[in-house]
Amino acid sequence: MADVTLRKVIKRYDDVEAVRGIDLDIADKEFVVLVGPSGCGKSTTLRMIAGLEDITDGDIMIGGDVVNDVPPKDRDIAMVFQNYALYPHMTVAENMSFGLRLKHYPKAEIKSRVTEAARMLDITDLIDRKPKQLSGGQRQRVAMGRAIVRNPKVFLFDEPLSNLDAKLRVQMRIEIKKVHQKVRTTTVYVTHDQVEAMTLADRVVVMNRGCIEQIGTPNDLYHNPATRFVAGFIGSPAMNFVPCRLEEVGGKPLIRLTDRIAFPLPPARAARYQNVSRNEKLLLGIRPEHITEAKAHPEPGIETFDAVLDVTEPMGMETLIYFIVQGEEICGKVNPNAGARDGAPLRLAVDLNNMHLLNEATGVVL
Amino acid sequence: MASTAVIDKAAPTRVVKYGSMSRDRKWALRWSYFFLGVFAMFSLVPPLYMFITSLKGSAEISAATNPWWVFHPTAANYVGLLTSNQFLRFFWNSAMVSIFVVTITMLISVPAAFALARMRFWGSATLATGVFLTYLVPDTLLFLPLFKMFAAFGDWTGIQLINRWYVLLIVYPTLTVPFCTWIMIGYFASIPKELDEAAIIDGASWFQTLTRIFIPVAMPGLIAATIFAFTVSWAQFLYPLVFTTSTDQLVLPVGIITTLIKGDVFNWGQIMTGALLGAAPPLIIYAFLMDYYIAGLTAGATKG
Repeated sequence: MADVTLRKVIKRYDDVEAVRGIDLDIADKEFVVLVGPSGCGKSTTLRMIAGLEDITDGDIMIGGDVVNDVPPKDRDIAMVFQNYALYPHMTVAENMSFGLRLKHYPKAEIKSRVTEAARMLDITDLIDRKPKQLSGGQRQRVAMGRAIVRNPKVFLFDEPLSNLDAKLRVQMRIEIKKVHQKVRTTTVYVTHDQVEAMTLADRVVVMNRGCIEQIGTPNDLYHNPATRFVAGFIGSPAMNFVPCRLEEVGGKPLIRLTDRIAFPLPPARAARYQNVSRNEKLLLGIRPEHITEAKAHPEPGIETFDAVLDVTEPMGMETLIYFIVQGEEICGKVNPNAGARDGAPLRLAVDLNNMHLLNEATGVVL
Repeated sequence: MASTAVIDKAAPTRVVKYGSMSRDRKWALRWSYFFLGVFAMFSLVPPLYMFITSLKGSAEISAATNPWWVFHPTAANYVGLLTSNQFLRFFWNSAMVSIFVVTITMLISVPAAFALARMRFWGSATLATGVFLTYLVPDTLLFLPLFKMFAAFGDWTGIQLINRWYVLLIVYPTLTVPFCTWIMIGYFASIPKELDEAAIIDGASWFQTLTRIFIPVAMPGLIAATIFAFTVSWAQFLYPLVFTTSTDQLVLPVGIITTLIKGDVFNWGQIMTGALLGAAPPLIIYAFLMDYYIAGLTAGATKG
């Protein structure tokens, strides 16, 4: 049990700066997910916490102690790798107990810990098998078991579900969450999958190009993204961005998308964007679920417009629709019974109470 | 039983296709058997001829009869050699040299390969290439300088190495260590990096990672290297011919040639018998180790 702190951590490979001075505080027992596209430095950050990579500059603290020069084995961490990294010549039990055996734990203690972990992960029947006799999901459970038996201060997960098929990934995601609820060990989890990040994390750290874009709870990131990158990265299908500018017509602020399309801002939004320059190039950010079919009695802040649908994608529960505004492809979600068809016009409604306004040049959410 | 019934029911409706794919495959199979047959004949005829000759007496060998048939089989050649102290001495020398050389080679090349494959240090890549380049220097080029070196070493320290069987323990590893190191670098490099990272996080030292993870996982490579080192030291001819001369110091290949050819008289029956008996240990080693040579031992370590 321990907190993890990163202070101005930098990692440089020759000329390339992979991690550019990040600060991060992870509380005891917290489940933190580092998420971002490939090459954003998330795995490097995790490997630096593990001690598998030296840090170029800054400090990493585990449980209050600076561990910059502490070798991995003395950091009291456990790691689960993307490709499992099980020892192929050892049985499941031997794989799980390897670390304990190296530290000369008493046999009875090793046995009880392995049995307990196997029971928790539901792999008791597989304990005498070799890794090659296991399926991908079972191997990943063993890899987790190997981490659990060590009873470490910190769990590190490096994209543990990326090699599993979609169905198994969902199942193992729940499994990992359950394990964390049981053992309550500080966990740092790396993934490029924003769904995994949202579902697992107490707090999500969104990384991009070696920097932290935003840290927050999943809900926070979803509803109050700080930058265009976070707004576009979190959520699936991704948030729509349409170039726009603010106008004043008769003392009322309008948001103008095209010559023909302009919406009045809801009062709350109008107040928030009061000081935004009226000439500035802006982006309207709106999530697909806030573009729906028009209803008979629209609520305040919900504006209607007509669009000719480009493509429709029936998903069963809802239908995704795509249409073009200002050359940008916009995605919306409508009721399957709303009558959306490829190439057909449809009256749509946009919920401006949930809109975001971004500075086009800086990408900052206003 | 249920599944059998289903298959039977489906059988009449199934259309069997003789596509170009299956025809190509059939021909590929025929050709491969043809060439395998030619190759097997090519490599098995000489030992067969040796075996036939080893069962003949000297008179029959020099007689103008069918060389592929034994008219008066005799075990005299075998009895003669296996009761000769000299021949058993050669055999013993060969065995000692080979076992020691294999041990020395493995003790050097396995840790060397591990270091070169895994520990990133300055110049490790260059060193790995350098190790292989030393293997490319032929022994015909090396035996003279080596002889001079050992002679000088003897003059200088008084320790006589030339004409002692153990000089071969120094000479043979110059052939076996580079190649075995190179084989093992390849095997170690094929082990996923995450495996040693997992071991390091589990608390293993470099040495423990080598002995408890790498050596067991790379066992097929280790066996391949062992077989190679054994074969090289068992069959080496030039070095023992140069470095050992007294009959009690000779190894088998040199011993057979120097003692069974007296002037221009070739004792063909015993030469063939000696060569056959000499070929037995490598065969036994191959057969024994092949059981452990299970390819794909790394299966299951990672995805794929």
